[in-house]
Amino acid sequence: MTAIQDYAAVAGEDVINHLRQLAAPLQGLKVVHVNSTRLGGGVAEILVKLVPLTKELGLDATWEVIRGGERFYECTKNFHNGLQGKQVPMGDALVQVFESTNAENAEELRRILEEADIVFIHDPQPLPLLKACPNRKGKWIWRCHIDLSHPFRPVWKYLRRFVVDYDASVFSLSDFAQPLPHTLYLIPPSIDPLSEKNMDLPESDVTGIRTKFNVDPDRPMMLQVSRFDRFKDPVGVIRAYRLAKTFAPSLQLVLAGGEATDDPEGDAVLSEVRAEADGDQDAHILMLPPDAHLTINALQRSADIVVQKSIKEGFGLTVTEAMWKGKAVIGGNTGGIRLQVVNHHTGFLVNTPEGAALRIRHLLQRPERAHEMGLKAKELVREDFLITRHVKEYLSLIVALIYGDEERVELEMKPRG
Amino acid sequence: MSLENGTTEPFSVKDCSLVAIATGDKAQNLRELRDGVMKTHPGSVYYHFWAGRLRPAFADPQFHNDFATWCHYALHDDVLAERLAVIDPTDYYTLDLLRQEVVEIIEQRLEEVEHPRWVELDQQFHFIRSQIVVFDTGRKIELPEELPEVVPRISVGSIFYHFVDARRRHPISVDDFRAWLGCPDEPHQELCYLLASVDPYFVTLKELREQLASIFEDYFKGRAL
Repeated sequence: MTAIQDYAAVAGEDVINHLRQLAAPLQGLKVVHVNSTRLGGGVAEILVKLVPLTKELGLDATWEVIRGGERFYECTKNFHNGLQGKQVPMGDALVQVFESTNAENAEELRRILEEADIVFIHDPQPLPLLKACPNRKGKWIWRCHIDLSHPFRPVWKYLRRFVVDYDASVFSLSDFAQPLPHTLYLIPPSIDPLSEKNMDLPESDVTGIRTKFNVDPDRPMMLQVSRFDRFKDPVGVIRAYRLAKTFAPSLQLVLAGGEATDDPEGDAVLSEVRAEADGDQDAHILMLPPDAHLTINALQRSADIVVQKSIKEGFGLTVTEAMWKGKAVIGGNTGGIRLQVVNHHTGFLVNTPEGAALRIRHLLQRPERAHEMGLKAKELVREDFLITRHVKEYLSLIVALIYGDEERVELEMKPRG
Repeated sequence: MSLENGTTEPFSVKDCSLVAIATGDKAQNLRELRDGVMKTHPGSVYYHFWAGRLRPAFADPQFHNDFATWCHYALHDDVLAERLAVIDPTDYYTLDLLRQEVVEIIEQRLEEVEHPRWVELDQQFHFIRSQIVVFDTGRKIELPEELPEVVPRISVGSIFYHFVDARRRHPISVDDFRAWLGCPDEPHQELCYLLASVDPYFVTLKELREQLASIFEDYFKGRAL
């Protein structure tokens, strides 16, 4: 288990002191996080660290996961896609499953949730829990990790009626926020620099990963790590690779996709990707289990070019991870990628497979530029996208909610002893 | 700083954290930006001029406030971007005066351009405000002579709170160090002058901390000789 003091080495002692001081008035506060999966996806990866760290700072933090059947996940996947703007079916039967599954989960969680001082509901899956907890005493916050800038209106209209009763919402970017009758906080997510996915690795692990997946160690490799999801545009990545390969024939591609238990669409997209790759021996499509963190870490460190060519993106933690490893990233000009890829400084923003191909060629031709951008990328992540900053903002938000929504909240120093 | 009984009130080092809040207001063209600036929460004007100080600066920023940055990157109006970028918020005693200056510059530009540009939907300017959470670090400075040792060790959040945010709190817009030292009166008149000459706007907070540390170091070293 990582202790908060371990982060001082990467984030600085100042940052850790800052967290302890901010947490001082919140000792013993009951904070509950609720989401729909313990494995796979950015939310679970954040919570697996955020909760123990908050606990170590003296808050009574816990993490609950709601459970549902296949139909529930089918429905919430539709909601997820719908909130990101895709037209999706919303039959009464599916909606009924959504509400009844939440009602069943509420039976199990009601006592914990009603006693909590602060409840964070992550994404739309557990949204109806609030209505099922009429005797709640704490503040309830909806934490939306999704790009909600242009939702499919029927889906948002349906879900909005659950959101309006919350005390506050949190979005990753202001672009994602929808008008709501409560305070809309903005907190970008983060990565854990000490996790298996981001910690330093021995050089042998980094070089060895290519051998493991039959990727030639002597030829350049471009990488995209993401779920097999249409919004991540894996087919567009293959097209960009093909275009770049006409100028750099030795180029290899690795598309490493992770599974998430709440994503039933992955198999269909994977088939499309395989069809597009059409048996190309230099295009490696890897389906990795959710706990393949060391593998992903080594792949990112081993890559010559890292791409995240999403056409919609909540935040894009794989971008943050690659930047932390000193890689310039070629990212889709969308959502949270814009916050991280500062065009021409920490990578390049692109809109098309052609644009991505152009930048791939550029970085392959100018490795010194790629290195320089990679150094800037790592510093940007160190300053702004590590979990320590994330914890700080959650603590600040809790303080702000508890001590009133004044523009200025002044905490008094409690005498020790 | 001096109390009536002759003792000295210590300087309590505080730290702060900003929480960003979406106001929901957006602008897609210059007229909407002007209207937005006119009516937005004063905290939003503050945020778009100052919150960038608490964000990292990996390279020299071309523009020093969010309005100028948006005019450059989204609106592609560099004339306006340059005029907005040169505004130094420390020149304005209140946020309303600062707001009026921004509005004035945008209106001047609106008179110059026949067809104000629009930006794509996903490039809109989002008005954001912030809540500031202030907490006591527990560290006290009993005497001014301790400043050279303490200031280099305090966090950038503390620098922001005591040197930038302080200007909003004090009626005569001074930083907390000058207020504590009793500026501009004796015995630290020269130090007051040196601190008054520090411009916090065009440097990062780390650079600001270095500047302040250097001023305190040189001043008290000189007095010790």
